[in-house]
Amino acid sequence: MTEPLLRVENLAKRFGATLACADVSFVLRPGEVLGIVGESGAGKTTLLRCLAGQLRPTAGRVLYRTRHEGEVDVYAIAEPARRLLLRTDWGIVHQNPRDGLRLEVSAGGNVGERLMAVGARHYGKIRNEVSDWLTRVELDPARIDQYPETFSGGMQQRVQIARNLVTKPRLLFLDEPTGGLDVSVQATLLDLLRSLVGSLGIAAVLVTHDLGVVRLLAHRLVVMKDGRIVEHGLTDQVLDDPQHPYTQLLVSSILPV
Amino acid sequence: MSNPKPTMIEVRELAKTFVLHARGATIPVFADIGFDVDAGECLVLAGPSGIGKSTLLRSLYANYRPQRGSIRVRHGGGWVDLAAAQPHEVLDVRRRAIGYVSQFLRVIPRVTTRDLVAEPLVALGLDADVARARAEALLLRLNIPAPLWSLPPATFSGGEQQRVNLARVFVVDYPIYLLDEPTASLDAENRAIVVALLVEARNRGAAMVGIFHDREVRAEVGTRTLDLADLQRAA
Ligand SMILES: Nc1ncnc2c1ncn2[C@@H]1O[C@H](COP(=O)(O)OP(=O)(O)OP(=O)(O)O)[C@@H](O)[C@H]1O
Ligand SMILES: [Mg+2]
Repeated sequence: MTEPLLRVENLAKRFGATLACADVSFVLRPGEVLGIVGESGAGKTTLLRCLAGQLRPTAGRVLYRTRHEGEVDVYAIAEPARRLLLRTDWGIVHQNPRDGLRLEVSAGGNVGERLMAVGARHYGKIRNEVSDWLTRVELDPARIDQYPETFSGGMQQRVQIARNLVTKPRLLFLDEPTGGLDVSVQATLLDLLRSLVGSLGIAAVLVTHDLGVVRLLAHRLVVMKDGRIVEHGLTDQVLDDPQHPYTQLLVSSILPV
Repeated sequence: MSNPKPTMIEVRELAKTFVLHARGATIPVFADIGFDVDAGECLVLAGPSGIGKSTLLRSLYANYRPQRGSIRVRHGGGWVDLAAAQPHEVLDVRRRAIGYVSQFLRVIPRVTTRDLVAEPLVALGLDADVARARAEALLLRLNIPAPLWSLPPATFSGGEQQRVNLARVFVVDYPIYLLDEPTASLDAENRAIVVALLVEARNRGAAMVGIFHDREVRAEVGTRTLDLADLQRAA
């Protein structure tokens, strides 16, 4: 049996008097996609930022199994080591592509600089690999030197996905990756994520309020309400046979998925 | 293996009740079900509409979560109790041991029929081209015309979708199949094709549990019947 890649133990985050999330525990195995659903304000994004090394939790631990040094406590290691993990092992796809892209750098540069950050030096090889990734996310490689500003929202999101996958991370954090896009663009992106994550065997934590998205992408599902996990299980179990009153409400309030 | 017809599924004291919080309703479906299914057998679930046949079948796939009891299936040289297994164990059992034919196909946007059918083989590590070739052979056998293979099945007729659904499951030689009305929207010709496929799998030694509303299908595929109405009366 494969060991967990990520272990979350009793994580809590407090902002002043507000408890954004509390008592969150789960494990994630290599290649597994975990969905986190719940209405806005349920603490999903806060939790994701705590998991991704971006926001120090008030209590609890986030343990990540590295390639060579065993399990590390993400907030006990030094800042440079944490930043290195972020470069070499993790990817973060933000809801708004503008938060995940550098707008003053070309589309190709946005993808290529991630390769350089993990040591790639040969210009021609980097450019070829970037072109290849633009093609994989269904962008015209001829636009490699154009700036993200000249792209539509859906295209920017694809650049962000290429930027995050080019270094073949082991763990991906996705925050509403299809939020704010029209339905046909959403379908394209979902199909893309599904096949890329599946074929590369990447583990992912996916935050969304869209149950159709988790049905398609997530193996397991966590339902959050008021910062706490109220239900978890295999995605189809939680959606087809919801147990908690809040999950039943969530599932019955939307069109069938 | 010494026993040619080993027991593949062993269900004990299974209970399922739905609690619908918003409506303050409790729906007891069954309270104490137990049975075995051997390799090469097809157990037919019978009883009137709403008695709980689909609920039982979904429980056997660990799609519904029973309150009590065990669902042991033979897997990887041992037994796994699906009512108690960890999520990743359930996924592994579904990937390698149990094929479940739901009543309706769940279409995945933009994925072609060929790839949809090949997907379970790819998930088992088979080369994508080999998987696609096997998918095509089965689609052909199930009477899905070649021009449709490159389209997502969203626009297909009910009968076509049902056969794609069957192909997606029977493309893998699972030791166990669960079937929820797999011939419900098929004409006589296609029903005969599907029945032949099911009988072939059963004769190869697959253990099956099925719901068939068509009496002829039941007679040809089924080997034994579990009537849920009898159980309810006995309780
Ligand atoms: N997900 C669910 N949530 C709540 N109640 C459910 C759910 N699934 C089934 N039920 C209820 O459980 C009971 C049994 O339903 P089930 O679908 O198992 O019947 P069935 O024997 O398959 O009927 P049919 O022959 O009409 O398909 C019904 O009262 C049904 O409303
Ligand atoms: Mg039914």
